[in-house]
Amino acid sequence: MRYKDLSPAVRRSLWPIIGLFVLLLANVLISPEFFSIEIKDGRFYGSLIDVMNRAAPVALLAIGMTLVIATGGVDLSVGSVMAIAGAVSAGLIVGGVDNIAIVIGGGLLAGVAAGFVNGFLVGYFGIQPIVATLILMVAGRGIAQLINSGQIVTFHHEAFEYLGVGYLFGLPFPIILVIITFVLVQLLMRRTALGLFVEGVGANASASHYIGINDKLIKLMVYCVSGLCAAVAGMIAAADIGGSDANNAGLWLELDAILAVVIGGASLMGGRFSVFLSIIGALIIQALTITIILSGVPPKFNLLIKAAAIIVILLLQSPEFHRQIARFKKAGGAQS
Amino acid sequence: MNKSIMGLALASLLGASQVASALTVGFSQVGSESGWRTTFSESVKAEADKRGIDLKFSDAQQKQENQIKAIRSFIAQGVDAIVVAPVVETGWRPVLMEARRARIPVVIVDRNVAVNNDQLYVTRIAPNFVDEGRKAANWLMDATDGQCDIVELQGTVGSSAAIGRMEGFNEVIGKYEGAKIVRSQTAEFTRAKGKEVMESILKAEGGGKELCALWTHNDEMALGAIQAIREAGLKPGEDILVVSVDAVDDIFSALKAGDVNASVEMSPHLGGPAFDVIEAYLDGKRDFEKWMVMDGRIFTQENYQDEYELRKSQ
Repeated sequence: MRYKDLSPAVRRSLWPIIGLFVLLLANVLISPEFFSIEIKDGRFYGSLIDVMNRAAPVALLAIGMTLVIATGGVDLSVGSVMAIAGAVSAGLIVGGVDNIAIVIGGGLLAGVAAGFVNGFLVGYFGIQPIVATLILMVAGRGIAQLINSGQIVTFHHEAFEYLGVGYLFGLPFPIILVIITFVLVQLLMRRTALGLFVEGVGANASASHYIGINDKLIKLMVYCVSGLCAAVAGMIAAADIGGSDANNAGLWLELDAILAVVIGGASLMGGRFSVFLSIIGALIIQALTITIILSGVPPKFNLLIKAAAIIVILLLQSPEFHRQIARFKKAGGAQS
Repeated sequence: MNKSIMGLALASLLGASQVASALTVGFSQVGSESGWRTTFSESVKAEADKRGIDLKFSDAQQKQENQIKAIRSFIAQGVDAIVVAPVVETGWRPVLMEARRARIPVVIVDRNVAVNNDQLYVTRIAPNFVDEGRKAANWLMDATDGQCDIVELQGTVGSSAAIGRMEGFNEVIGKYEGAKIVRSQTAEFTRAKGKEVMESILKAEGGGKELCALWTHNDEMALGAIQAIREAGLKPGEDILVVSVDAVDDIFSALKAGDVNASVEMSPHLGGPAFDVIEAYLDGKRDFEKWMVMDGRIFTQENYQDEYELRKSQ
């Protein structure tokens, strides 16, 4: 079967997966033990596990971001929401709350509240998503700093730290959380009509409105989901290091999340989306980061290498780039 | 008419008596981007309180323009002295000239300013990053007899702290044949990155059993990295020695637990020395060193206890 005979859906998903595959292969050349997975004390241990574990926060953000982008919006506040959720949970623990349900509930509530504010501004007041969420991106970090009173709050709470460093079925718990979130969102989007509504609102909000879809409510909902995902990611980040660092937790991760969604082939204009491919996008970004660390190149080249690799991946999946290549080949063929 | 002149005279008299009794000092701080920085700000405020100095504190939120505005307003208010923790090195000349014309002494703390005329400020009180690196390296070379495969976690690429500490450390270990840095990577001064980067480095180094020591440019990265070492099944502080810089509060718990071996102090308590200089200047002293180095102690497993108790009691 030739490439052009493939259905568009398959074609779209082909390139991100190939990209990830090539990156992983590159790692084998750089450090041969990359694919070796040992079992240490009943836990899987190896670089591949690291890639998935470290990609978990961005993968969670990307799940929420995919839905937001599918409605034609964008959520810039997720990094700050991570910091807020971590700070709220840390604050509760340090304040003497021992009940894990309250600690996690507090973090999640902060995330939903943040999402609600974003969704309300975008859905009901019609403020441009990039501006509406920019407010919380800037102010949110300030809120988190306020909760922590400017310090890094260090805590010790075994049950909460399980979120970041625990293991279930031999896998780091963050990976399990991503799988659970993915399955839930996928069921919600593909087993109900909700996914179709989201794509409809993204493709044409007013048309959706006229056929009876409550577009405002759909927008409110996707921002709430995004806030919720960010809260989970924030709690993982805090639990992982046993501390809430309002200045650095989730810093610039909103950009990584958007990048993951774009690598996954979604259009920033809204419309069709694939949560699975966005997660692949997050894995690509993390695999790249770990490749750079393993390769031992001087740190000043880190960002340059990352940028170059991302450009190549994005070019590979651009249909226009494919057309250009085809035209170039044809021209070459005609001359010879 | 007469009344208002009387009022003015009275007000200026009152003002004058206030100046005589209490010193007014303007302090322009960079911001509150790290735990170290907030401790620094709090310490300056506490020290001013203790000495009865009227401190005008201004947080610049990482922007030089805010600092320049703050200094101009200090000059307009006619403060007795100005303390600046500059966010960047360049661009200070005009505003320092203004302060000089108003005959207000300026003390620079923490980072440096690049001006060709060093008469523009009284002195600069700051730690010596290169020396911090040397101290860390000297300790490590003593502890290992100069035989050591070292992993280095750098601070933010291009920051003066990272450059200076790296230079000092490398200068010392360069004298030992058996000591070398086997891996060096940035972890951006944060705990989360410290953990993530160390995880991967340990795997790249075959589990880390051959490694002798970890050298980090600040405590936060060390605190993250020791978790990664522990998760790899090694004992930080024994299997892999850990040495870092800053001596923040959290590192003392790690010293107590034996996870960290040494941390070079970078004191955030710059307020005391700065006010000492100002008081001496206003008493007529003029011959100050242009760079007063804040000498940091090195805390190890042997000598951390007193400081630990002291900080716990605060």
